[in-house]
Amino acid sequence: MLKAKIQDIFNEPGCDKNVAKGDMERKKGCSKRLTPGAAAGGCAFDGAKIVLQPITDVAHLIHGPLACEGNSWDNRGAGSSGSNLWRTSFTTDLTELDIVMGHGEKKLYKAIREIKDRFAPPAIFVYSTCVTALVGDDIEAVCRHAAQKFGLAVVPVNAPGFVGSKNLGNKLAGEALLDHVIGTVEPDDVSPTDINILGEFNLSGEFWMVKPLFERLGIRIRACIPGDARYLDVAAAHTARATMMECSTALINLARKMQERWGIPFFEGSFYGISDTSDALRQTARLLVGRGAESDLIERTEALIAEQEARAWAGINAYRPLLEGKRVLLNTGGVKSWSVVSALMEIGMEIVSTSVKKSTAEDKERIKELLKDDHHMFDAMAPRDLYKMLADNKADIMLSGGRTQFIALKAKMPWLDINQERIFPYAGYDGMVELVKRIALSIHNPIWEQVREPAPWDDNGHLIGRAAAPEPELVEDHDDHFLAHHRKKFVGAEASDMAEC
Amino acid sequence: MTMVTSIQKAAAINPLKSSQPLGAAFALLGIDAAMPLFHGSQGCTSFALVLFVRHFKETIPLQTTAMDEVATVLGGADNLEEAILNLKNRTKPKLIGVCTTALVETRGEDLSSDLANIKRKRAEELAGTEVILVQTPDFDGAIEEGWTKAVTALIGLIPHEAPKRIIPNRINILPGWHLTAADLELLRETAEAFGLDAIITPDISGALDGTVPDRWIPTTYGGTSVEAIRQMGRSAHTVAIGEHMRTPARRLEEIASVPFSLFETLTSLKSIDRFIALLAEISGRPVPAKIRRRRSQLQDALLDGHFHFGGKRIAIAAEPDHLFMLATFFSGLGAEIAVAVTTTGQSPILEKVPTTEVKVGDLMDFEDLAAGCDLLVTHSHGRQAAERLGIPLMRVGFPIFDRLGTQHKRTALYEGTRDLIFEVANIFQANLHPATPEDLNPFRNRGEHHDGDTQTANH
Repeated sequence: MLKAKIQDIFNEPGCDKNVAKGDMERKKGCSKRLTPGAAAGGCAFDGAKIVLQPITDVAHLIHGPLACEGNSWDNRGAGSSGSNLWRTSFTTDLTELDIVMGHGEKKLYKAIREIKDRFAPPAIFVYSTCVTALVGDDIEAVCRHAAQKFGLAVVPVNAPGFVGSKNLGNKLAGEALLDHVIGTVEPDDVSPTDINILGEFNLSGEFWMVKPLFERLGIRIRACIPGDARYLDVAAAHTARATMMECSTALINLARKMQERWGIPFFEGSFYGISDTSDALRQTARLLVGRGAESDLIERTEALIAEQEARAWAGINAYRPLLEGKRVLLNTGGVKSWSVVSALMEIGMEIVSTSVKKSTAEDKERIKELLKDDHHMFDAMAPRDLYKMLADNKADIMLSGGRTQFIALKAKMPWLDINQERIFPYAGYDGMVELVKRIALSIHNPIWEQVREPAPWDDNGHLIGRAAAPEPELVEDHDDHFLAHHRKKFVGAEASDMAEC
Repeated sequence: MTMVTSIQKAAAINPLKSSQPLGAAFALLGIDAAMPLFHGSQGCTSFALVLFVRHFKETIPLQTTAMDEVATVLGGADNLEEAILNLKNRTKPKLIGVCTTALVETRGEDLSSDLANIKRKRAEELAGTEVILVQTPDFDGAIEEGWTKAVTALIGLIPHEAPKRIIPNRINILPGWHLTAADLELLRETAEAFGLDAIITPDISGALDGTVPDRWIPTTYGGTSVEAIRQMGRSAHTVAIGEHMRTPARRLEEIASVPFSLFETLTSLKSIDRFIALLAEISGRPVPAKIRRRRSQLQDALLDGHFHFGGKRIAIAAEPDHLFMLATFFSGLGAEIAVAVTTTGQSPILEKVPTTEVKVGDLMDFEDLAAGCDLLVTHSHGRQAAERLGIPLMRVGFPIFDRLGTQHKRTALYEGTRDLIFEVANIFQANLHPATPEDLNPFRNRGEHHDGDTQTANH
């Protein structure tokens, strides 16, 4: 069953990369076999958990041995305006005995009961892992049984790590929502201006920079999946009139199938960058009006955009003197937010290099246009090469995810996190101003000058620019006269005489 | 004798443990030019890697055999071979440490013969690189057990024969995982003060103490060299720190007849005195003045600090040896160990923890038990409990991802114990709540005094 599901995901018509493939190639799927000893990145389970765990009031229960959950819980900075149950970690923590004796399913069932009794969540999500999949625990059956017995939504998330990459896990998470969650609750307050947002994680609370913009226009977010989501809102997501899909590769299958099943039109958009944010508002308004919302929504949206853009540009332009002519190295999986790049270029920054690992052919064309030189595109750079490029001072700052953080820092190069571990919110109009501010603060931090200054001695500890002194004679510490003589040499000397301060 | 009980329940909530392979990799990160390799799915490596990075704020060399579903069904020997060869070619390590995971151990492959075959078949390509196997399924043990197994495997690199010549001024130090980089630096300096040369295995102070090398290095940089490990059989004596270092110390004794002394803790005045006396005895030198002065500083810290400890109720959640170290530290200053939670129940040290009962459990058990205590002592994941209970948290052990500088904190020997006293006393002083008239009114509602009343966390 899982196999069929994975095949189905690989056959995604909504994915332009997939559509461009031939039949044979498509069948092979989109995950390349990883090279043992030279692989990086998370597994399918990781991907599934990333997508679902920010649903705040759900108890997320990981069925497996310790490492899957024990080494990874409470590690993402998604914001919640309500329950914090999602930050509580639940795992069956299987022991050798559980596995050998085949006690896994029984333990899982008991764990579900314990969680229900103590925390009474609206739903429990149960994640399979490599070991429980290998020994053949039927989590779907256990979940079904527990759901009946306890009158509670118990959702199986079947994405064991070894089936593939993080990205595949993202999509399997979407399938779990389609199969077990979305459409199971009928809300009594449906309105013609309800929308869903898919693939928004509310990292550092950044969705809260954008949500009020929609609300100002009278648009309600029925479900933001998964950032700051509540289970009941996700379960009612099928009643929305339009969907905005962010971070396209993660949840495209979910967006497309929601369109097929419930006729909810969707568009791909982003809240990173000024024009992208405006575009997201514009497209939302257009889709809603197309489905019967008042047509003045479009004018009101344009008015809001004009007002907000003017304010954002004023904020960003204040940083122009600090950033003009500075060189940016972009090293992320694939830059989806062209408006971030174009905003940086707008205030005179130069993009010296960018990775195109996850970009489509169309993306690459866009990059070429922007950079005017495709020599600056690279697929994936080995850490060693990246280090060299940074150490050789070929950029003024690197924007990337945490994985390459220390390559930049060890090369004494300013670095800003633009991936999931970041601690500053960058979404919407205010977010772009914040990003530009953070770039300026990084580049102009006084530490760079200090750390790049070489020590005033060489590798052997000899002071540079002084003749190598002969080995000092042994100083007997009881010989006061001798010591006094030697100390006298430095009388009146100040620190600044020793080296430039 | 302290009772050790485990809490019976199906769902672990807020795990205290990190996994056993992570513990093994941790030890291997203290070996120079090493490359730990997890034999499992890519997620096993990725999760451990991210956690290490969050703790150390360093690049961490850690690779994966990238077992997928097909390899899992057919057997992972090919993946293991490919991974080892790839690592050898790409990173040229001196040591590859294969740590197994629950995935390959559940399948029940004969991993040691797999590895022996690979080493035989690829002897030429692998020349100059040692490959060791550490069997660490995640469904068993935690950091401590993984660390012990890795260090024991490293000891296996020592030539199996009584050495012809002993180096009288050289000692081996086998530190437990819970000592910091600063502790190891201090141990080495202390040995050197006696004219002793110490081989510390593993030595995370060489690799994970936060330095900026002048080029890109894909493996660990710094730490014990494989060559130094091979020389350990010639040392005069071995010092093992923590009960979980008994196994490797004993192994070293079997292999090369090096006698050992085990110190259950080096964070109490008496045990430190014993350690210093041992160094004096081995070296035949008097205790240097600077060490004597540091001892005096610790005496003074005990005098100044004890006011803040007396009668305080402390809740500790930590791996067995670390728990013992912390509990003896606190109780040695007059505090009461009201709650002691640990990761696994096998270690004999647990029976010596100065409290009535040690529970094998998770951080939710810890939170349930700790209501009414004055201080929580555990790793960063205790932050949620601290917030809900309104009790200050002292961060110790691994992982500590929301504070900087952990590796540079001393926690052992005279200086480390002194610093810990100040740290704790300062936490208490920062959290003083001045009494109100209501608090002191003789007719106040005195209620029940905290005697283990469980409190459900607010959600």
